[in-house]
Formats: sequence, C-alpha cells, structure tokens
Amino acid sequence: MLFLQKVLSQVLVGLSRTTILFIVSSGMSLILGVLRIPNVAHGSLYMIGAFMAFSVSHFFGGGSQGFWMALLLAPVGVAILSLVAERALFQHLYKREHLMLLLLTFALSLIFGDLTKLVWGGEYKSVPVPQVFHGFVNVIGGFPIPLYNLFLLAVGPVVAVLLWLFVNKTKMGKIARAAAVDREMVSAVGINVSVVFAAVFVIGCLLAGLGGVLVAPTVSVTLGMDHTLIMETFLIVIMGGLGNIWGALIGALIFGLSQSLGIMIWPQFGIIFPYLAVVIVLMIKPTGLLKSTW
Amino acid sequence: MMHRGLSKRNWGIAAAVLAFLLLLPLFLPRFYVYQISLILVYGLLATSLNIVLGYGGVFQFHHCVFYGMGGYATALFLTKTGLPFVVSFAAGGVFAAILSFLMGLITIRLSKLYFGMLQISLGSLVWAIIYRWYSFTGGDDGIHGIELPDLVSSPRGSYYFTLAVTLLCLFVIYKILKSPFGSVLQGIRDNPVRSGMVGINVKRHILAALIIAGFFGGVAGSLFVVVDRTVFPDMLFWTLSLEVLVMCLIGGWFKFFGPMLGAAIVIALRTFVSGFTVYWALVYGIVMIFVIFFLPDGVLGFFEEKIKPAKGRAIADKG
Repeated sequence: MLFLQKVLSQVLVGLSRTTILFIVSSGMSLILGVLRIPNVAHGSLYMIGAFMAFSVSHFFGGGSQGFWMALLLAPVGVAILSLVAERALFQHLYKREHLMLLLLTFALSLIFGDLTKLVWGGEYKSVPVPQVFHGFVNVIGGFPIPLYNLFLLAVGPVVAVLLWLFVNKTKMGKIARAAAVDREMVSAVGINVSVVFAAVFVIGCLLAGLGGVLVAPTVSVTLGMDHTLIMETFLIVIMGGLGNIWGALIGALIFGLSQSLGIMIWPQFGIIFPYLAVVIVLMIKPTGLLKSTW
Repeated sequence: MMHRGLSKRNWGIAAAVLAFLLLLPLFLPRFYVYQISLILVYGLLATSLNIVLGYGGVFQFHHCVFYGMGGYATALFLTKTGLPFVVSFAAGGVFAAILSFLMGLITIRLSKLYFGMLQISLGSLVWAIIYRWYSFTGGDDGIHGIELPDLVSSPRGSYYFTLAVTLLCLFVIYKILKSPFGSVLQGIRDNPVRSGMVGINVKRHILAALIIAGFFGGVAGSLFVVVDRTVFPDMLFWTLSLEVLVMCLIGGWFKFFGPMLGAAIVIALRTFVSGFTVYWALVYGIVMIFVIFFLPDGVLGFFEEKIKPAKGRAIADKG
C-alpha cells in the first residue's frame, strides 16, 4: 500500500511536470510543423516568460494579483518579442535550409540568454504561489498534493483544446495547415502566407512564455533553466510527430512520467529513463507516434 | 565544389602557416599557446564533423558525443589502467568510432531532421550516463589533473604533440575526402536517390562516413585531454555540438579548411571579447546572425568567390 502511494504521488508530480512540458512543446510542435523551424530559442522564451512573470508579479506587489497579472501579461510580452524576431529575422530565411534556421535560433538563444542576464541579473528569483492555491488536497490514499499542481493539471487540457480548436476550426489554422504542406500553392490562391506564418510563430512562442509563467511558482527562476528544457521539448515533439498537438501531449506524458517514475525506481540514473523512452519509441516508429504534418 | 590540387600559391600559404605554427611557442606567452592548442583541437573536431555535414549532407546534430567519448576514454585509460600513453590516446578514437558505429546503426534509418533528433536523444542518453555515474566517470565534476607522460606534459610538449596529431589527422581526412569514397559521399549529398540508382549502397557509405567522423572527433577529444588534462560532462552537452556546427558554418562548410578557420575565428573572438565583457554570448550571437545573413558560404567561401573572377570565368563556371 505504501508502495502504491509512492507511485501515485510520483505520477502526480510527473503529471504536473508533464503539463509544463506539454504547453511548451505544443508551441514548438506548431512552429516546427508549420514553419519547419527547429526553434532552439524556444527554451529562452520560456525562461524569459518566467523572468517576466517575476517582474510583473513584483510590480503588482506579489501575491495573488501579481500572479494573475503575470499570467496575463508575461506571455504577451514574450509574444511581442517573438513577433519582432520573426519580422526582423526569420521571415527572410524560410526558403533556406533547416540547418541555417537552426543556427539562427541558436544565435537568438545566446542573445536572449545574455539579455536576460543583462536585465534580470544572475540571482535566483522566485514567484509566489497565489493565495488561492496555498495548501494541499488529500487525494486517494491520503497523500497531500499541492493545490497549485492540481491547477496545472487543469490548465494543460484547456490549452490542448484551445490549440486544437485554433488549428482545426479557425480559418487561419486551416491555412496554416495547408501552408505546412504546400506553401507555394497557398500563396498562389491569393493568401498572404507571410502573415499566417508570423501569427503561427507568435502563438507558438506565446505558449513557451505561458509555460514559463506557469512553472515560475514551482521552481527558482534562474539563468540556464532553458538548457535542459529545450532538449526535452525537442525530443517530445519528435516522439509525438511533428506538428501534431496530441502527439505533443502523448510525448510529454511519456517523457514526464518516465522521468518521475525513473527517479523513484533508480535515483542515480533516473534522468536516463526519458531519453531511453525516446530512443525506444523512435526505433519502433521513426517518424513519431502520431501522424506528422511533414 | 571539387578540390583542385594545391596550387603554387596555396603551397606558399601552407608553408607559411606551418612555419608560423612551429615557431609560435618560442615567442608567444603560455596563455596564447594554450589558445592556439584549443583552436587546433576544436578545428579538428569541426573538420571531423564536416566529413559528414558538409561532404555527406548528414544532419549530425550531436557530434560532440564522440568528442566527449574520446576524451573520457583516454582519461579513464590514463587514470584507471597502467597501459602506455600511446594505447590510452588511441583508445579515444577507437571507442568514439565504436560508439559512432552503434549509434549509426540506429540512426541511419532516418534522414535529415529526424536523423539529427534521434542522434540528439541517443547522445543525451550517453551524456546522462556520464553525468550521473559518479563512481566511474566522476559525474558532473569530471576528472581533473590527469597525469601525462613527460613528453607531452610541458605546455610546449603538449602543443607540439597536438599540432603533429592535428596535422596528421587533417592529412588523412583530406586524403579520404579526395578518394573515390569522398566523391561518392558528395554524390550522395547532392542526390541520394540517383546515387542509389547507379548502384551505390547509400546507407553503408553514410555509416562508414559516420564512423570516420566519430573516430576523428574522438581523437580531438583525446587531444583535449592532452591540452587541458581534464574531462567534464559538458564536453558531451548538446550546446557544444551546436557551437561546433557554427564553427563549420562561419568558416564555410563546403571548403576543407572552412571548419578549421571557423574554429580559429570563434576561439580568437571569444578570447578577445571575454577580455572586456562578460556578455560574450551576445556578441557571438550577433556575429552568427551576420554570417547567416551575409556570408551563407562562410568566410572562406566568401573569399574564394571574391578571388575567383580574377582567375577567369572558366574556373568559376563550376557544375
């Protein structure tokens, strides 16, 4: 019984981690699926989102109000930053090789990293958990779970559904999907693909920022928090199938759960389990679990 | 672009560079000799990456795994066994080649971006094991103060050893790329389907190229042990792999000496910029963006384009 309890609590910890991973990777997946940019700077935007959350919540005097304002404003700030980057740099390079785009995003991640250091300094920052989510709930087996983690578990599906509606039910989402398959054809019928691409890029980056804000109260916000995350995000997206939102969800689940359960089973080598899971998945299905857009 | 034989002018440049490199430690302070050694190590690493990247068209995103593997193999042989230095040094390249073969067997089924991504995940697996295996690899501390034999333990000795090994490796890589194998590799890069149609076993050639690239990457890792006497898990972290990719890009990855030049530029720039600001990465990122936008063929590619018209259009009109 005690063992089962332990497993359950690890699963719940893993699931709240999964939510963050999913939100960030779904943005990455959107960008990779439609624009074909392997966006290394995605992790930096996540980090900037977390730092912005700190500043905004600080500005509004911390506490609950600060958190909600941060949740509202920080992703928008990240979106504006990404819009500038897209219009100034990326849009000129869509016809070039993936490798060039990869390196451009790497350059941006270096620049963003240093700018973050310049603006916020190298110290640890913390964002307080809002009043509403103080305290714990006892779930099955009497194990206490922080309320904030339950909040995260609720946010994940909401983001997934909204994103699915955007991609499948809105006109822009449909154009984006068409442009992912054949860009020239879409512009030949008189649609301004450039604007659609910019919108998709910004939405993807906004999700990175949102992930950063949501993770901020649970960790210490610090430089370098982007480094491991970006790698994990890449692997989740590849594992799930490029551009497939549900794939990103499944990938995040596999990654998050194998991580938290792996740490329980074998503390020293816990971190190798998610990578092992990715290798196994890709050996069985080289192009990802679900259908990719390209 | 095919390689022509070395012209008289190029021989002159080569001789001058060689003489410069040989005489360098006699009048430069130790710090700069160390920096030049690093340029040689990273230059070799970038050149080995370029075997598969520039010549094979393979998206080798995580080349540094082999570099780290070579470094760790040499370091562990030196610290845990009593085998002679030569054996320990050679172990670096050999183990890296074996790792490259094993990873290649798995990744070879995929192409382009998927290949690169699977390689990153496999490489991260190796990184995670080394990062956590405290009792064997020293974990995140790595291994420091590795004892070297007298011949290569002095700064000058290690420099000349690094120079000799790097030149030998460059020569061998050059010969490999100029051989029929190298031509086939470039054929596969330019048109894999057609290469397969004329009876070339595409996968086997790519796998061979991966093993060769892994081997020389491993040798670069072993050289780092000789230069720095340390190994640490960051040698296998994916950011270093991207940095090496950038070196290839900046120098020019369709030129043999491009990656070496790129490594020299990056390291010289880093040494110079770090002298007066901590925001080295910012400067580096801006330089990279500049290169991506204005020098897509790298610095070496840019200069060759500039020089070519003077020699007449006939040569410039390449296929």
